Amino acid sequence: MKVIKLEKKKLIPFLQFISQERELWAPVKKNDRIIYDLIEDFTCIDMNTTRTLLPPKKVIIPQQFNMFRVTGLGYESDYSHAVKKILFGIHPCDIHGLLILDKLFMQDHPDPYYIEARRNTLILGLSCWPDEHCFARSTNTHIIREGFDLFFTDLEHSYLVWVGSSAGDDLIKLKPEFFEQKPTDQDIQDFTYMQIERDTSYKTKINFISMPDLMELKYNETFWEKMGRACLGCGSCSMVCPTCNCYNVIDRHLISEETGERRRYWDSCTLCEYSEVAEGVNFRKNCADRLRLWYTHKMQAFISKYGKASCVGCGRCLLTCPVDINVLTVSKSLQGKDVYAYWNRLPREASDDKSSK
Amino acid sequence: MINQASKTAAIENPFLPEPARIVRSYHLIEGVKFFQIRIVDIEKALSFRYLPGQFVMLSILGIGEAPFSISSTPSRPGMLEFCIRDVGRVTNALFALKENSIIGIRGPYGNGFPVETMQNKNLIIISGGLGVAPLRSVLLYSLDNRDLFKDVTFLYGAKRPYEMIFRDEFLRLSKRDDVECLLTVDHDDTGTWTEKTGVVTSLFKYLAEIEPGETYAMVCGPPVMYKYVIDELLKFKIPKHQILMTLERRMKCGIGKCGHCAIDYIYTCIDGPVFSYWDVIHMRELI
Ligand SMILES: Cc1cc2nc3c(=O)[nH]c(=O)nc-3n(C[C@H](O)[C@H](O)[C@H](O)COP(=O)(O)OP(=O)(O)OC[C@H]3O[C@@H](n4cnc5c(N)ncnc54)[C@H](O)[C@@H]3O)c2cc1C
Ligand code: SF4
Ligand code: SF4
Ligand code: FES
Repeated sequence: MKVIKLEKKKLIPFLQFISQERELWAPVKKNDRIIYDLIEDFTCIDMNTTRTLLPPKKVIIPQQFNMFRVTGLGYESDYSHAVKKILFGIHPCDIHGLLILDKLFMQDHPDPYYIEARRNTLILGLSCWPDEHCFARSTNTHIIREGFDLFFTDLEHSYLVWVGSSAGDDLIKLKPEFFEQKPTDQDIQDFTYMQIERDTSYKTKINFISMPDLMELKYNETFWEKMGRACLGCGSCSMVCPTCNCYNVIDRHLISEETGERRRYWDSCTLCEYSEVAEGVNFRKNCADRLRLWYTHKMQAFISKYGKASCVGCGRCLLTCPVDINVLTVSKSLQGKDVYAYWNRLPREASDDKSSK
Repeated sequence: MINQASKTAAIENPFLPEPARIVRSYHLIEGVKFFQIRIVDIEKALSFRYLPGQFVMLSILGIGEAPFSISSTPSRPGMLEFCIRDVGRVTNALFALKENSIIGIRGPYGNGFPVETMQNKNLIIISGGLGVAPLRSVLLYSLDNRDLFKDVTFLYGAKRPYEMIFRDEFLRLSKRDDVECLLTVDHDDTGTWTEKTGVVTSLFKYLAEIEPGETYAMVCGPPVMYKYVIDELLKFKIPKHQILMTLERRMKCGIGKCGHCAIDYIYTCIDGPVFSYWDVIHMRELI
């Protein structure tokens, strides 16, 4: 893979130049939150953020979009969500998240809505520094060697730029004069030290190897019920998780125009109506059952099928769940460790009236 | 800024419904209608291949989409049949449509019954209520290919005589001697019922001696029915992997993408909806 070098001050002019014919999506601060957004003012891009509120999957598959326009004549596929985009500032763990979604959406019965958006989106990765909630090292997603067009590694005054695809190379060719063709020995030295220091900065660790077995062995453990009683069934964990792929489909009829739309929305298996079928039969009425499904998928099913967890260690669920149900507390519980979490401190009586949920 | 999304994708859209015409529709019983549907494009209609036990997604313009088992047999190509219960948005709209209306169809989906593996075996088909929808397909298939199978037995239970779906069709079957067709109702409040009364498991006592290893059983009905029927089948010593059942889950895509039909680590829409009892006892949450 070709590695070149870019002076820091040239990054924004470069991004501006290459996004003349594409939308540029990058992390920005909005209302005190860091989110991926369509960039109009390039100086607002947040180069130092640890994680965004929602993962970059939202740039590929928006929270809602049209699958079909429905006219009197029938269904017309609508790929208008899949405009040409550049996704800049995506960290290794989140690129791994996209690679996991690729497996789910692009293998066996490929999904054209995902594929279209994916092939129209250029991925420009950016290196990052872990905070106390990141555990990408445990999931082996702290390093990325595929799945990007360009990857920028931050070395104090400049970026080392990995060129990961011919599309990435084409971007460079738009402004070749911005780049130095060869990193210096000093750059390589700096990069090596940075890498070592970064890799040893992960404070949170999870051992995923034993998870499939523990999920099986501890399927009926009481902590699931405790979590189930505390879970609000809000679905936030699925919204923020870069590897959650479930969706719902709803038709909208526009009476005034005698047309309609078939729309696709993000969904979550933690929502009560997720598994409901006719006549009010629900195979997972109980919150605990739904949480078990979520974690079975992440820490057992995916590992059995693809040899790794469907968790990339981004730490979003650790920061999002209002009652502390997250990969860390679940895996600790599975390992029989004591867990300090809201759901574990909930007095029995206080939680009992919610048990019917 | 020139930034137009492409109108067509690199691959065909598997979610695109194919226009199909409702050729015939009428009430089978209160709340359940029979639909005969033909794909408008005649070549596509004739080349639509499926297995008994598979399902399709039916769409109504601007209303929605839902999964339905195919009730007809692939041995009679061209026309697809369904029996559908009116429960919600899509089914309400379907019920309101007149004959000749156009709806959308995509599929077929799911694994279906292993008709090849079941060749030269005895078949016992057991259904309750609307569970007959997918089983009628395998029943008609076995009758159209009668020489491929050994004994074919069909047990069907409904609550009352006027709640028996395809009653006349099955009453005619019970007169045939190449199939054992036993029909029962829980209560006969009409006084005119000529067949058996009692729950569907009460029909087992009429069955002749069977060779369990040479027999496949297929079950579909309301959730409460499975346990009792399976107990009976196990008493006959039918191997667990030869007891097949079709399951219902919520489904939004039919091809393993939306996640709704997930059970443990399988998807009902692609790994099912037909499962064996062996699968069921090795998988949590299946029934
Ligand atoms: C493989 C399979 C085969 C089926 N075969 C038949 C059949 O042959 N005949 C028949 O009448 N029904 C069949 N069903 C059930 C049928 O799909 C649902 O009853 C139908 O989706 C209801 O659609 P609706 O829009 O009319 O109801 P809705 O307005 O969507 O809802 C009515 C009720 O159905 C539930 N529901 C919503 N979406 C689904 C869904 N996708 N699947 C199941 N329940 C849902 C809702 O939670 C609600 O309780 C089958 C289901 C599956 C999964
Ligand atoms: S499970 Fe939690 S930490 Fe893992 S990828 Fe999802 S949100 Fe991130
Ligand atoms: S686990 Fe937490 S974030 Fe997820 S649905 Fe329950 S309360 Fe919400
Ligand atoms: S119906 Fe969407 S995954 Fe099975």
